[in-house]
Amino acid sequence: MAFKTEPMTINIGPQHPSTHGVFRLRVTFDGEVIVDVEPIFGYLHRGSEKLAEERNYVQILTLTDRLDYTASMTNNQAYCLAVEKLLGVSVPERGKYLRVMTAELQRVASHLIAVGFFLQDLGALATPLMYAFRVRESILDLFEMLCGARITVSYMRPGGVFAEPPEDFWPALRRFMEEAPGLIEELENLIMENEIVVVRTKGTGILGIESAIANSVSGPVLRGSGFAWDWRKADPYDIYDQVDFDVPVGNNGDNYDRFQVRIEEIKQSLKIVSQCIRQIPDGLIRAELPLVLRPPAWQESYGRVESPKGELGFYLVSDGSVAPYRCKIRSPSLINLHVLKELLVGWKLADMIVTLGSIDINLGEVDR
Amino acid sequence: MTRSITGKELHDYLVQGFGAYLLDYEEQSIVIDPQGIQRVCEYLRSSSELEFSFLNSITAVDYVEYFEVVYHITSFSYNTKAVLKVRVYGRDEPTLPSVCSVWPGANFQEREIFDLMGLSFKGHPNLKRIMLWEGFPGHPLRRDFEDVVKY
Repeated sequence: MAFKTEPMTINIGPQHPSTHGVFRLRVTFDGEVIVDVEPIFGYLHRGSEKLAEERNYVQILTLTDRLDYTASMTNNQAYCLAVEKLLGVSVPERGKYLRVMTAELQRVASHLIAVGFFLQDLGALATPLMYAFRVRESILDLFEMLCGARITVSYMRPGGVFAEPPEDFWPALRRFMEEAPGLIEELENLIMENEIVVVRTKGTGILGIESAIANSVSGPVLRGSGFAWDWRKADPYDIYDQVDFDVPVGNNGDNYDRFQVRIEEIKQSLKIVSQCIRQIPDGLIRAELPLVLRPPAWQESYGRVESPKGELGFYLVSDGSVAPYRCKIRSPSLINLHVLKELLVGWKLADMIVTLGSIDINLGEVDR
Repeated sequence: MTRSITGKELHDYLVQGFGAYLLDYEEQSIVIDPQGIQRVCEYLRSSSELEFSFLNSITAVDYVEYFEVVYHITSFSYNTKAVLKVRVYGRDEPTLPSVCSVWPGANFQEREIFDLMGLSFKGHPNLKRIMLWEGFPGHPLRRDFEDVVKY
């Protein structure tokens, strides 16, 4: 006699430590197997796009910090690129180098959060997370030296960066660059071969290349599926065409591959930072621009960067005033979440949190 | 470097099969009739000369006179990008076809436009509010939106 079960709907979040913020998931189970997933957003919706319409072009920078608050530097960069396209200004070389350097340090910090919490979700409580945060703390200290803030940095400006780094920044950065590879290697040795990590992540949450592209997935999730596409290589902005780095890809598109791609990207980012330290020229850090920016009327621009989560884009429309007419934010976290249903249906309850962790979402950016 | 395909180039590509749907072209973009957007997108995605397999973003801008829906698309095979625009007139029940059948990734972004701008997408699998709650009065990103709470 076949055993008949009733499907059961369970609510996870919005107040749940494993949902990385205020994400809510309504999941229907048949026994232990997931049959349906419905993500529900909006608990952190602050209306950033509407707020942007009432602020001037420099003030909006502070809104961008609060999108993906684990990667403020890359948010600043995407926004500044969009404004610079509107104004038609070019950034001095030194400003570009400082931007790329800080953006790459931010990528390391963001990927460390992703990796640390991913392991936390797997049940490796606190220890690997602290190994990851050890490095991240040093990066935040460097940011504090640059601009006084650790998380919501607002370091970049349309036309360049906010200020020249202080004297003691460069020795501190060199010290960090000497220590960091060893610390990352230590973390890697601790987890990459760990049997529990391998068994629980290999072969789970598989995403194929075709499906990833059709669903507009970007960033490490796309590269984890084996498709080597990185906007830093494909459409180099700032000075990414003057530095040498690789684009790591996965083979199977499972949770382990996404996890491994992030670890490899941390190493590539450190490689970019050390090249920047060697190559950075002297000169101006910011183009001469008026205090209040006023782009010509009815222009539009799309500024895009490869943020740690994926393709982050700002679409701006100007109307000749000091505030944009429209500011659309293309957030990678929201769009990457669309594959969640495909990744989860048919898998078991225990794989759910792991798969969600491997996508690496940030709710500040999902809800905006 | 990603090459952008100009409106003129795109117009010349499409004029053969879809001439009736092409309304106008600008420097970097092409304006398409709402009735034809789904078919044009399907062609752009599947034709081997263009292969626009990736949808970067969809957004809508309220120009008061009309709503403009903007599609940013990318071809990975040729490293090219293009911008499509659709103008929807009327403020009560503006509707246009959904492109979810072409690029499933359009799903959440179309829901967002429906929620915040109040445009309906015909053929969307799950068209409901995404950021705001059911029963929220109005669509905040419209230019004539007035806040219900006065500060």
